[in-house]
Amino acid sequence: MATDINEKEQVDIGEYQYGFHDSTDKYFFTSGKGLNEEVVAQISEMKGEPAWMRDFRLESLRIFHEKPMPNWGSDLNRIDFQNIHYFMRASERQGKTWDEVPEEIRKTYDRLGIPEAEKKYLSGVKAQYESEVVYGSLDEQLAEKGVIFTDTDSALKDHPELFREYFGTIIPPHDNKFAALNSAVWSGGSFIYVPPGVEIDFPLQAYFRINAQNMGQFERTLIIVDEGAKIHYVEGCTAPTYSSDSLHSAVVEIIVKREGRCRYTTIQNWSNNVYNLVTKRAMAYRDALMEWVDGNLGSQVTMKYPAVYLMEPGARGETLSIAFANKGQHQDAGAKMVHCAPDTSSRIISKSISKGGGRSSYRGLVRVEKNAARCKSNVVCDALILDAQSRSDTYPYIEVENDNVAIEHEASVSKIAEEQLFYLMSRGLTEAEASAMIVTGFIEPLVKELPMEYAVEMNRLIELQMEGSVG
Amino acid sequence: MNSILKIEDLHVAVEDTPILKGVNLDIRQGEIHALMGPNGSGKSTLAYALAGHPKYEITSGKVEIDGTDIVELDPCERARLGLFLAFQYPVVIPGVKVADFIRHAVTNVRNPDRKEGENLMPMREFRKELKQRMEDLGMDTEFARRYLNEGFSGGEKKRMEILQMAMLQPKFSILDETDSGLDSDAVKVVAEGVNRLAGPGMGVLIITHHDRLLEYNIPQYTHVMLGGRIVETGDAELARELHNEGYQSVRERHPQEATDQLEPSAS
Repeated sequence: MATDINEKEQVDIGEYQYGFHDSTDKYFFTSGKGLNEEVVAQISEMKGEPAWMRDFRLESLRIFHEKPMPNWGSDLNRIDFQNIHYFMRASERQGKTWDEVPEEIRKTYDRLGIPEAEKKYLSGVKAQYESEVVYGSLDEQLAEKGVIFTDTDSALKDHPELFREYFGTIIPPHDNKFAALNSAVWSGGSFIYVPPGVEIDFPLQAYFRINAQNMGQFERTLIIVDEGAKIHYVEGCTAPTYSSDSLHSAVVEIIVKREGRCRYTTIQNWSNNVYNLVTKRAMAYRDALMEWVDGNLGSQVTMKYPAVYLMEPGARGETLSIAFANKGQHQDAGAKMVHCAPDTSSRIISKSISKGGGRSSYRGLVRVEKNAARCKSNVVCDALILDAQSRSDTYPYIEVENDNVAIEHEASVSKIAEEQLFYLMSRGLTEAEASAMIVTGFIEPLVKELPMEYAVEMNRLIELQMEGSVG
Repeated sequence: MNSILKIEDLHVAVEDTPILKGVNLDIRQGEIHALMGPNGSGKSTLAYALAGHPKYEITSGKVEIDGTDIVELDPCERARLGLFLAFQYPVVIPGVKVADFIRHAVTNVRNPDRKEGENLMPMREFRKELKQRMEDLGMDTEFARRYLNEGFSGGEKKRMEILQMAMLQPKFSILDETDSGLDSDAVKVVAEGVNRLAGPGMGVLIITHHDRLLEYNIPQYTHVMLGGRIVETGDAELARELHNEGYQSVRERHPQEATDQLEPSAS
């Protein structure tokens, strides 16, 4: 398989499919590197925010400084907080149509295929480029039904009461160090409100992307699904390659009210130098359903544990996650389910693939509070290890304070079986094709949950990761 | 011109233990050969070694297809030269749809020079052909969308093997105990499938220690394996005799090989 050698080298040195980047000379405003009260106040001022938000940011900064770094998961000590840009505005105002979006930014999006996504879905496309959303459109019908789909900065201006009622209530700044950081310097993200009984049958989507070197990205997403409403939000991320470390630290807060349904799908493909530290949490009320579908590729370190707090009887939470750890990467991902009420149920399915010395960890918590009788939880984690240098760990935490519950946990670790490879190869598949097919099959349970174009992209990303894996 | 699969003085070891100790066998396109013998005589070892399983090390001897030595080729290259093994225990590949897998396999085997990532056989053409073959084998076309061998019954797995054989149209097929574990109706379905495919274009090696399959697919040659060697060759009558009388008389005629059986019992 001599033809694989070039590809192999390409993959191993961390060449990144979307590793192009635009010049950053044309940015209108940057905060400069570093983090202090002045920078935070300046961000708030630049955005023309009300005083309460400025105070919230400054208080969050104080909490950030107080909080210790997490001493579990991955080693985060190499993050240099003073060497990161905390705010950058890529254009002076938001584009309303595609043509109004600055050409350089459009060019980058074109290479990521955004316009096609737009054509296919004819729905709201929100794409975050750097810190603020630069392009947005929303199907008029949705707007007529009272659906709000905008960037979070605009929501603060245009829907101040709704915003203030929920912002920071699911993930307060003191939740963890990176939630505090995000609360201090957040910018952009999506804000969605779905009024009672409104069901949106097509996925709403947004793309995120880090471009400038040492550019922190701290988007803040808030989704409120009112009673009996339904939404599927899809977010895809790709970032170009840079030589120095980049930090992505988002906060996503979701409220799903009585009988509401929310699915939040993420495919992330950060370049190999990004620290991806995300806090995602939803609260689900009576008979509501919250589903996280989470695919993690790339990055240097990912720590992400989408959570569902099951607040009232009948609430259900599900997390389906896939992590692919390649050379030099640590994917520390999982889920958190907190049963705060009786008759609630949760399910976690986690699949990880480790290759080329990569490390993936499943870290999950199922917690049942004292009053939460008759709740059910099912956790399945499967790890696939592709070579002897790679590693996989499982850290399942189960805290149960009620005796009348049903909790199941299954974990498996497997290697690509020689028998599977031989079987496929005996039908004319090369070893690389056979391995890729086995991996694709392994993640099929997640991929089949994705909208078609994301499924295609996900399979393509896996193929890229698998190229040159043997030879 | 008829292709020929030539096996010459083949020695095979598994984890340094010699199992095959000099097997000679020629199979021409259009011929049906039966390979019989007690458990542990080396029949399945021959099948795996021919298909190129990495655990089965060919320590000496030759295997040629039309003069091309295949001993150093990996399993996918052998498949592309027209060799097919119907597995005794087909492997489950979770999450991989039957149709996707077979389309990939067929594309590669029909275009032996295809590089990874090049186009697959056109979907419409493939679907039409797959549907036809499935109907021939009395298979529900729903199987095309199922995951490969996952949750299949024994009979369904064996039929899936025959379906792959039908789609890949190999020059040489080795059926490794394809009749084992099947009830008589299932054996009949498999046998009819083989019958439909066997013909001037395919040479078949049927490995069995029953003769049920052979009732439907009458071999021109029957070989008896004992202690890692083919010790007797006859016609269809020999297969019937072995089935009725067992291997006692064979053991008596070949005492050396009879004590030579080292392969652990497979059943």
